[in-house]
Parts: sequence; structure tokens; C-alpha cells
Amino acid sequence: MERVRLLIDGQPVEVEPGATILEAARRIGIDIPTLCHHPALGGGGACRVCVCEVEGAKTLVAACVCPASDGMVVWTHSKAVRDARRMVVELILAAHPQDCLACARSDTCELRRLAARLNAGPARFRREKAVPAVDASNPSLVRDPSKCILCGRCVKVCRDVQGVAAIGYAHRGIEAAVGPAYGDPLAYTRCVFCGQCAAVCPVGAIVVKDDTDRVFEALSDPAKHVVVQVAPAVRAALGEEFGLPAGTDVTREMVGALKRLGFDAVFDTQFSADLTIVEEGHEFIERLKSGERLPLITSCSPGWINYMENFHPELAAHVSSCKSPQQMMGAVIKTYYARQAGIDPETIVSVSVMPCTAKKFEAQRPEMNSSGYRDVDVVLTTRELAAMLRQAGIDLSGAPQADFDSPLGESTGAGEIFGVTGGVMEAALRSVSFALAGEPLEELEVRPVRGFEGLREAEIEIAGRPVRVAVAHGLSNAEELLRRIQRGEREYHFVEVMACPGGCIGGGGQPLSKDPEIRQKRASVLYRGDRAKRQRMAHDNPAVRRLYEEFLGQPGSPLAHRLLHTTYCQKLSPAAAS
Amino acid sequence: MAQAAVGTVSNLQSREPGPEVLEKVDKVIEAYRGKEGALIPVLHEVQQIAGYLPRCVLRRIARGLAVPESEVYGVVTFYSLFTMTPAGRHKIGVCMGTACYVKGAAALLEAVRSASGAGADGISHDGRFSLEVTRCVGACGLAPVLSVDGEIYSRVEPEAVPAILERYP
Ligand code: SF4
Ligand code: SF4
Ligand code: SF4
Ligand code: FES
Repeated sequence: MERVRLLIDGQPVEVEPGATILEAARRIGIDIPTLCHHPALGGGGACRVCVCEVEGAKTLVAACVCPASDGMVVWTHSKAVRDARRMVVELILAAHPQDCLACARSDTCELRRLAARLNAGPARFRREKAVPAVDASNPSLVRDPSKCILCGRCVKVCRDVQGVAAIGYAHRGIEAAVGPAYGDPLAYTRCVFCGQCAAVCPVGAIVVKDDTDRVFEALSDPAKHVVVQVAPAVRAALGEEFGLPAGTDVTREMVGALKRLGFDAVFDTQFSADLTIVEEGHEFIERLKSGERLPLITSCSPGWINYMENFHPELAAHVSSCKSPQQMMGAVIKTYYARQAGIDPETIVSVSVMPCTAKKFEAQRPEMNSSGYRDVDVVLTTRELAAMLRQAGIDLSGAPQADFDSPLGESTGAGEIFGVTGGVMEAALRSVSFALAGEPLEELEVRPVRGFEGLREAEIEIAGRPVRVAVAHGLSNAEELLRRIQRGEREYHFVEVMACPGGCIGGGGQPLSKDPEIRQKRASVLYRGDRAKRQRMAHDNPAVRRLYEEFLGQPGSPLAHRLLHTTYCQKLSPAAAS
Repeated sequence: MAQAAVGTVSNLQSREPGPEVLEKVDKVIEAYRGKEGALIPVLHEVQQIAGYLPRCVLRRIARGLAVPESEVYGVVTFYSLFTMTPAGRHKIGVCMGTACYVKGAAALLEAVRSASGAGADGISHDGRFSLEVTRCVGACGLAPVLSVDGEIYSRVEPEAVPAILERYP
């Protein structure tokens, strides 16, 4: 294909046709400022912060959407450009609360950084607007529309990536707003609480609900026994919050840091991921034998469960009755662990650290109390854990390395890969094929279900019969897969769905990143971890075996059912009710 | 003494969407289902039928056309021709035809606005009035003309407006 040649600030650059001026400039180390544009979402064109001068053009052009063309001469920081950019930012600031000191995004706010970078101040104009109410209607996210700069990123991710469209543009002109229909709180919409909107919002207009103080309080209460579990995806990303390159495995530093924070026991959600596979594998084999309610669909992603309940309640019978690993661990901590350690479960505060904001919602579901107590008391996201460590003055790289505590800290490689799309499927196939064929899969690493294609399918031969599986991540991909199944175009035995793009490693509570390779880098931590494990099949986990021997009996036993399984309902929000 | 009406025209409309209205709404949705760009024409036709676009109707349209509710709401609030508020109990029309305009309809409109309490959408907070600016009603000899529930008042001075409206509780 013909290459496009142009001059940017007097420097020649060559790009493929279709590349924007923004991309062309970055190619030669010129970083044109942006605000509404996000590389993972494409588009832009709303804020005009990225304007440049193009010789021969009548007006300044938006570099994030304007394609580079042959012979173009672009100036990225002429006086006209600098003035226009500063004006854009000052107009935004004019209607913006001057709240930076108390804002959750203070440190990471793109608007605040941009204002500093462009030397724009709020003082020149002031435009008073009616202050819309803060929406704290749900356990996962807080929306403060007064800070919204109408960039549209949340609308795009919610509608295009997640297919939920809980939020959209409304009104026009000075009254223009972004939010749910009718100005309702999020809790009244079909929002699944995946938090992808909070992960792409450039400012503090949608943030994760901050539960760090509840944890600090528990930690400083001597009457409480505070335990924590950590999901696989957290160790693959937490380092980014402390300046380590993406893809650094910080498992042992993280455990050391949690002990320094004062947790009485640090457990690994990978243990209960293994446990999930044993239970779900058992369920799958039963369905495979009876041929009923196939395909079995995974249940470990609470964003997906919310989606199923809100949009596809007719599929509830297909979804595995297994709780997510977080909730299984919660139930086991306040029963088995409490008994083993001789601790009154009443005094246990069970904390979990998750890449996921929907896990906050899940932990508060009324039925999640099978231990006789709230199974999980507080859920923190990866970003909140980082904030706690910073507040406590604990630098991850300086923390002493440590290992998870027993008995709920042991895990196999199968539990580790739970954090990435395809991982639950791969982990299940390893154990299911062992159970059916009596020997491990010839190739333990199930390549066809790996990768980041939105939809993947494979046929795996297990004990002489073909097992057809499919994997989807990102809910609009999941919707497409479900449609194919419901139209009868495809038949599968087993389907994995994770709500977030990339799976948990791309969760809404993970460190903010615009690196297009971020998911691959984080996934590599988990795949390396898997390879380094002594055991790589969930049922080989010795601690899981002991749990069955000493407490649960058999997979699928009545006690296992009571503690580790759940049922689904149609969410009773007004939106879902009609 | 309050001014008397000089005649009537018929333009009353129903306020709450009853079952027969909803049935018509469903027919409109059915006619457009699966067609590209159906949302705006459907909203338009439904508003003609129901008089306004309440939440329950918007939800029906969203589900019926498989369009997210947030998008339906976005469109309804973007175009000023759509309204989610039911019409007031009494419908006021102020003629802005040339003759009425020349005879001071602008001042009359202002007086009606303040006396009725009509907001930007033309509807008063208490749901009593909805105010509409009309084109020539063909009563130029009587300009400026004001109509309430189809009753026409002629040569209305702004000061006479409160007394006229008082008759429509
Ligand atoms: S969103 Fe950014 S600019 Fe606005 S108050 Fe928060 S930190 Fe300040
Ligand atoms: S949490 Fe997810 S579903 Fe809810 S508004 Fe944000 S992106 Fe949409
Ligand atoms: S809430 Fe955030 S992401 Fe959404 S439009 Fe406003 S500023 Fe942009
Ligand atoms: S970044 Fe280009 S228009 Fe907003």
C-alpha cells in the first residue's frame, strides 16, 4: 500500500494510509495533548484539545480524528494552536468544580495534568452551573456529574465494548449531560457494575467506591481477626501503581506488603479458583453425561452474572451454579478456616482484593451469607490496595517478600490463569479431561482458547469424544456468542464468559493504563506463574484435597452445595422488571 | 370585568396514556420494527398519539425497537419538539400571525407566560396550562388573539390576561 508522507513541525514522517495526525506525530516523538481521545476506544473529536495547524486548511484540525494525508504540512504548537488549546481547557475549567484537593482522581486526573501542561488556569472565566447530585446508589461506583467534561469515553465503552448502554448523552447545549436515562441513579439501570467506565473516565466523574477506610478501621481494631484474599489478576498489575514496568510479577512483594499493613492472614483467591474448578468440573461432567442444560456457562465473573440476570434471565439454568472464587473463599474462611484456627467467625473481617468493581456488588448480594455471616465483608480494588499501601508508606519494591498463609494460600497453575480470558476454560479442561480420561491432556496448555480475540472457539478431544467450547470476553462479544447459540448457529458443551475485555486482568478496578499491549503484558505474568507451579491441575491442589477430606466431603456434596453454590434471579430493578 | 370568549375551535387531547393509547403505540412500534433509523419517526408518531412521551412509553419504545433506553432518552431530550411532560389541563394558544404580531402579540405572549407560569417547555409547574405559539388562526380582524381550550378571545390587552386565565382552574 502507498505510504503517506507529511511534514510535522518541519520533520518528515511516513505513515500508513488512515493513520491520524496524532499517530503520525507520536511516531516521531511529538506528543500532541489529548483529552477525549482514548486509544482503546478510537474516535475522539469532541474536546478539540488536540488541534493543530494544517497549511491550507481554513480552521485548526483535530489531530486525533484527522487522517494524515500525503504532502500535508502540520504545525503542532504554533501560537494559534497554543491559544486555542488553552482556551478549550479554560472553558472546561470555567464550569468545573475547583475541587482537586478533595478529588479521588487528583493524582491521576487528565484534565488537571493538561491544565498544568498547557499553563491554563481557571481564573479567566467562571460559568456557574446547577450542581447535579452525586450518585452513590450502588456498592461499586460513584458518579459525580458535576465533574463530567462530556468526553464520551464512558458512553463508548459502556455501549460498544460492554453492550449495556446504561449511560448515554442527554439534553443539549449548556444542559448537555452524560448519564443514565431520566437522570436516574445507576442502580436503577441495567448497569452491570463492571467499572469499565471508571477505568476510561479521564477525570473524577466516575470513580470506584472507596472502601479503604473500612479496612483501615478493621485493621486497627484489636478485637478483629482481619483476613485478606487476593485475586490472580492483582499480582499481575499492582506493580504498575508503583512505577514497575507492566508485566512485572509482584506476588511475593504484595503478600509481604499486606502483612505489613497488618492483616492477620493473607490467603490466595487462586486456592478457591482451584476449588471452583473442582466443583464446576463436577457439574460439567454431570451435564455432559446427562446431556442436559448444555452448554454449561461459567459463573465466576459477577459483571457477566449481572448481565445475564438483566438481559438474559432465560439462560440462568445454563449458568454454572458455582459461586465465584471470591465468594467460595469467603464462605470457606468463616467456616472451615475459623474452625481450624479456633477463631469465632463473628470476629473475622473478611477482605478481598480484586481487579473488579462488580465484586463489590456481588459481595453485598443478600444471599451471599451461607457461612451464617456476610461471607465477604469488604472488597477492595487493585487501585484501592495501592492507595492503602501508599497511605501506609509501604513501597511495594521495598516490602519484604513473603508467601501466602496456609491452609488457603496454596494454588495450582490452573487457579493462576483464572485471571485472564480463556483461563477458566483451560483450567476446567485440564481437570475434566483428567477425570474422564484418567490422564492429563496431551498438551496441558490449551492454546486454542488462549489469546485476545473477542470470540474464540475450539474442539478438544477428551476421552475419545469431541468437546466443543467457546470463550468470550467483553460483554458485546458475549452477546454475539449468545445470539449465535440462541439462533442455533452454534452448539457448544462449555462456554466461558468474562465481562471485562481481557478478563480480570482488564477489570475496572485495575491500574489505569492506555498501553495498547497492557493485557498481553499482564497475562504473561499469569501464564509464567502457571508454568512455574509444581501442580497445574486444580484437583491436584493438596490444600483443596484436605478441605474435602476434613470438611466438605465430596465435590457436589450437600455441604459443598450450601457453601459453594448459588442461584440466580432476575434483578428487580425497574429497568429489568419490564 | 373579564373578557368573554368569542368562539371555539376543537383541539382537546387526552393526557394520560390509557390502554387504547398504548395499543396504538404498540402498532406504531410494530410497523417500524427492524427498520433503520426508526427511532425518531416512532417517537414523533407516538407523541402525536399520546400527546407526550412519558417514561413508560419510552421504555416500551426502547424494548420494542431494541434500542437502549439511554439512547431513546438522549434523542427525546435533544430535540425540543419532543416532550416528556403531559400537556397542561388547559391549552393556551397565542397567535403570532403577522396581524396579531403587529397588534402587540409579543407583549401578550409575555403576559400569558408570566400569568400562567409556563416554563421553557410551555407547561406550567402545576400542570394547569400548556402554552403554544400558533400561526395565524384566521381571525386577523380580531388581533391580537388568544385561545384557551379552543375558546377565542379577541383584541386582548396584556392586562386582561390574568382575569381570562382565572376562569380555567
Ligand atoms: S476531576 Fe480533575 S480537575 Fe476536576 S476536581 Fe477532580 S482532579 Fe480536579
Ligand atoms: S459499570 Fe459497566 S455497565 Fe455500568 S455504566 Fe459503567 S461501563 Fe456501563
Ligand atoms: S463521566 Fe467521565 S468518561 Fe464519561 S463523559 Fe464524563 S468525563 Fe467523560
Ligand atoms: S482529543 Fe482530539 S478532539 Fe479531544
